[in-house]
Amino acid sequence: MLSRTADNLYWLARYMERADFLARAIQASRRLAALPKAYGGEETEWESVLLSSGAALAFDASGRPVDEANVIEFLTFAPENPGSIRNCLEQARANARAVRTALTIEMWESINDAYLEMRALESRGVIPCAQELARFLEVIKQTSLTYDGGAYRTMLRNDAYWFSRVGLFIERADNTARLLDVKYHVLLPEKEIVGGSLDYFQWSAILRAVSAHTAYHWVYRTSMKPWLVADLLILRPEMPRSLISCYESIVRNLDNLARAHGRQGSSQRHARGVYGKLEKMNMESVFQGGLHEFVQSFITENNRLAALISEQYLF
Amino acid sequence: MDSRITQFDELAGADGRTRAPYRKLSQWLAETPPELLASRREQAELLFRRIGITFAVYGAQEATERLIPFDILPRILSRSEWTTLEKGLIQRVTALNAFLADIYGAGEILRAGIVPADLVYRNPAYCPDMAGRRVPFDIYVHIAGVDIVRTDDQGFFVLEDNARTPSGVSYMLENREVMMRLFPELFALHRVAPIENYPDELLATLRSVAPPRANGDPTIVLMTPGQYNSAFYEHSFLADKLGVELVEGRDLFVRDDVVYMRTTEGPRRVDVIYRRIDDDFLDPLCFRPDSALGVAGLMGAYQSGNVTLANAVGAGAADDKAMYTYMPDIIKFYLDEAPLLQNVPTFRCREQEALAYVLDHLDELVVKEVNGSGGYGMLVGPHATKAQIEEFRAKLKAQPQNFIAQPTLALSTCPIAMASGVAPRHVDLRPFVLQGANGARVVPGGLTRVAMTEKSLVVNSSQGGGTKDTWVIDDAWVADEPMGQA
Amino acid sequence: MRIRIRHETTYRYAEPPRTAVQHLRLTPRNHDGQHVVDWRIDVDRDCRLVQSEDAFGNTLHRFSVDGPLESISTVVEGEVTTFDVAGVVSGAVERFPPILFMRDTPLTTPNMAICDFARETTSKESGTLSKLHALLGAIHESLTFDAAATHSGTTAAECFEHRKGVCQDFSHLFIACARAISAPARYVSGYFLGSDGEDQVAGHAWAEAYVEDLGWVAFDPTHGVAPQENHVRVAVALDYLGAAPIRGSHSGGGGETLDVKVRVARAAAFSQSQSQSQ
Repeated sequence: MLSRTADNLYWLARYMERADFLARAIQASRRLAALPKAYGGEETEWESVLLSSGAALAFDASGRPVDEANVIEFLTFAPENPGSIRNCLEQARANARAVRTALTIEMWESINDAYLEMRALESRGVIPCAQELARFLEVIKQTSLTYDGGAYRTMLRNDAYWFSRVGLFIERADNTARLLDVKYHVLLPEKEIVGGSLDYFQWSAILRAVSAHTAYHWVYRTSMKPWLVADLLILRPEMPRSLISCYESIVRNLDNLARAHGRQGSSQRHARGVYGKLEKMNMESVFQGGLHEFVQSFITENNRLAALISEQYLF
Repeated sequence: MDSRITQFDELAGADGRTRAPYRKLSQWLAETPPELLASRREQAELLFRRIGITFAVYGAQEATERLIPFDILPRILSRSEWTTLEKGLIQRVTALNAFLADIYGAGEILRAGIVPADLVYRNPAYCPDMAGRRVPFDIYVHIAGVDIVRTDDQGFFVLEDNARTPSGVSYMLENREVMMRLFPELFALHRVAPIENYPDELLATLRSVAPPRANGDPTIVLMTPGQYNSAFYEHSFLADKLGVELVEGRDLFVRDDVVYMRTTEGPRRVDVIYRRIDDDFLDPLCFRPDSALGVAGLMGAYQSGNVTLANAVGAGAADDKAMYTYMPDIIKFYLDEAPLLQNVPTFRCREQEALAYVLDHLDELVVKEVNGSGGYGMLVGPHATKAQIEEFRAKLKAQPQNFIAQPTLALSTCPIAMASGVAPRHVDLRPFVLQGANGARVVPGGLTRVAMTEKSLVVNSSQGGGTKDTWVIDDAWVADEPMGQA
Repeated sequence: MRIRIRHETTYRYAEPPRTAVQHLRLTPRNHDGQHVVDWRIDVDRDCRLVQSEDAFGNTLHRFSVDGPLESISTVVEGEVTTFDVAGVVSGAVERFPPILFMRDTPLTTPNMAICDFARETTSKESGTLSKLHALLGAIHESLTFDAAATHSGTTAAECFEHRKGVCQDFSHLFIACARAISAPARYVSGYFLGSDGEDQVAGHAWAEAYVEDLGWVAFDPTHGVAPQENHVRVAVALDYLGAAPIRGSHSGGGGETLDVKVRVARAAAFSQSQSQSQ
């Protein structure tokens, strides 16, 4: 396969995943921000969304005050925010357009439909009302599902599929890790004693952002405990957005590539290394070393993998 | 202007009696409620938008991606009409190819004085780098698009030959797919010759001209200028149908006169390039040095015979509008046959007498720039303002050799379905002719282009023209009542 | 006259490219006015130097190399004997009829100003040859040599507007004017033996125009003369691009700088022995 095609597919998957994560994070934060203060409706909620989506610097540069309307607009439609949903979608479509031949019609249609929807919304020229916005976020989530499903159901299992999967899981691991990084303070074990149930709604917002609210209960069958929330997002292999689950998928897809090309490389070795470490870990050891430090180092390792892949496959 | 009185409608015919090929369609139209047509039109629009068939228009910032209007009523030719056309097309493309092999080789037609040498050598599309070099199997024009018009039910006229990188075939194929989804009942009523084998035929053509060292299993790629090119959709569509990589210049490189593409598994040798990029941009070391779209060293690999380019470099020297006027002589010279398809009578403005006539009759004629394309640089006399006519008069006087002129043809019309009902519009036809070491062939049909505005004669998609599906149906099914419909 | 030439071209890169491809038109061929005694070409990289003939019959060398490349240096060196043939070029490789050299190229298309200039300059002359000589004088008079005023992509029209340029621009303007008065004309790249014998920063360029019954005749508008024995002809084409000594392309890297050293000198010892033998 053309190196450029692999590059396009990889980034297409990353942008789609990022748009989906942003949509979910915005929805979860709105829910939290709408609560009375006594229930954890912190005023810093919008700052933390900016942080976890990596848009804080760009937002500061825009000079706008941090409030719900501004942040949502910035994360959703702002053309000046390179990481806005709008730009993710635009990038995804540009990548998709460049590799139309490597996509199935279902995948292309799902991206193109969402793009047209966004253009229609934009062409009306006014800032969309709350209802329209909510609908748009739904469309984005829906698109990501259709796209993902389309890929899963219709793509040939060859290098195009594997590159696209690797992109998706690297992005997903990055998103989960950054969410953890911003919220780590409410997930520390001692928090239960200090803050009591005040943080309850924070935990549930985190779970919602990664669509794991129901999953939590199925896995643990107990009321919300912060360390279990962290456990779910880091070490539970059955949770599809957990770091370990992402790495399990990355390793498998990179192995498929290596088998097809008859050649192992540094990206395969690195991914296996990260996965191996996660497998050996438990939550006690994570907390002992510091949750914050753990997440920081994970983000670095994950970025390193991305760099190795692009080196190995000549992007 | 009065030519319009005798306008030929392909459905109604000259005498107002529905012509045989359209009898079933006409009957179906009469029985079909307008709401149904309206809803099918909407469905068609939706289908095209979803599939993503868009067309980038030069200079239009707002709508850099726009749908080409599609009309849901088919344009119909009978098998016997098609057979005439097909023979004529193959004859024409065979002659075009022989002409190219000659002007880059022995130059017999120039020595015989049939075509003026300066017209060839001063033509910007004539490529000196190709002179004295053979191309694989002596084939220059692997894919040709010949623009055909008709003015009555007698014969066909060739309006223009396209021997460089003719586009539109994806619309031909997609139009058919959409029509089959929208109107299964119409297909059941007619027996429409299939065109879906075009990609296979194209692939076979490209394989047939691969360099011998590909050992019968050539790596073929389709080379595009990139996704901002107006025909990018077509490039990606065709690459997909052919099952070949869609490459840009930056995906290729040349090492010791061999072309490779960059893949995730390392460099891979390329044998045949179906290039949809103009000569000028192919190789910055031979042509435009500022081209970022091409591949440095590509011409060296080509001239060493290590890679085949389709169409050949310099093929544009044959499809020039000035050369067009010599096509009947060219056909006679190489094939010793009378041309089966007529040329539109054309004034060569480089000739004194012709120029004088043209200047006197600008309001009746269509004046075209010899090297213009896509309907740009063209004057349609009867529809032009005084100012436009004067502007062209000045241009003509300054550089008469750059222009030809033709009478405003009473192009035939076909019905189209609009919101306000069914009405006739002017059409032309671009069939696609393939030519390989395995012979020449045409899939039955082509792209019918239609001027969507009333009385307009400009069918180019860059100027707001639309398209239609084109059907070739068996003569038995054209007859008044086919024997037993059961 | 025997002329000795050494021409060294070095490309240096601040950021080394991954690969590079070059086309070299650096090898002179014989015609009635010159005889190549000895010539060699040398590239300081491991590569296969493929020799072929280009469209106009010039000798072309091509090569591609893998990086990382900090620099590529090409040296040509040799000796050519020249004869005074009063500027008439006969016995050269001709691949096309003269009419081909009526083609306009982006670098040589005459604009209105050039056409007017060409017409006015030649209106009093009769016969193509005297018209061309009038153009030669007029262009030499009206342009100022200025290496800073133009670059390799400067067109004849741009050069004429500023009335400044280098030999390439003088030649393009001459070609544009000649074609404007219906004389086929072409670009020549080569070497010029100056009177001072000092190192030069570039090769030389002039033009040839076709005169019925006489053939191709050389004109050097930079010096305002018809070449005699001091010019060594290397390549001809429609314009600079087709005859450029080196055309190259590299992928990756950047920060390219170019260094050219040309030495053209009389091969004294040989010319002496030649005169003794006469």
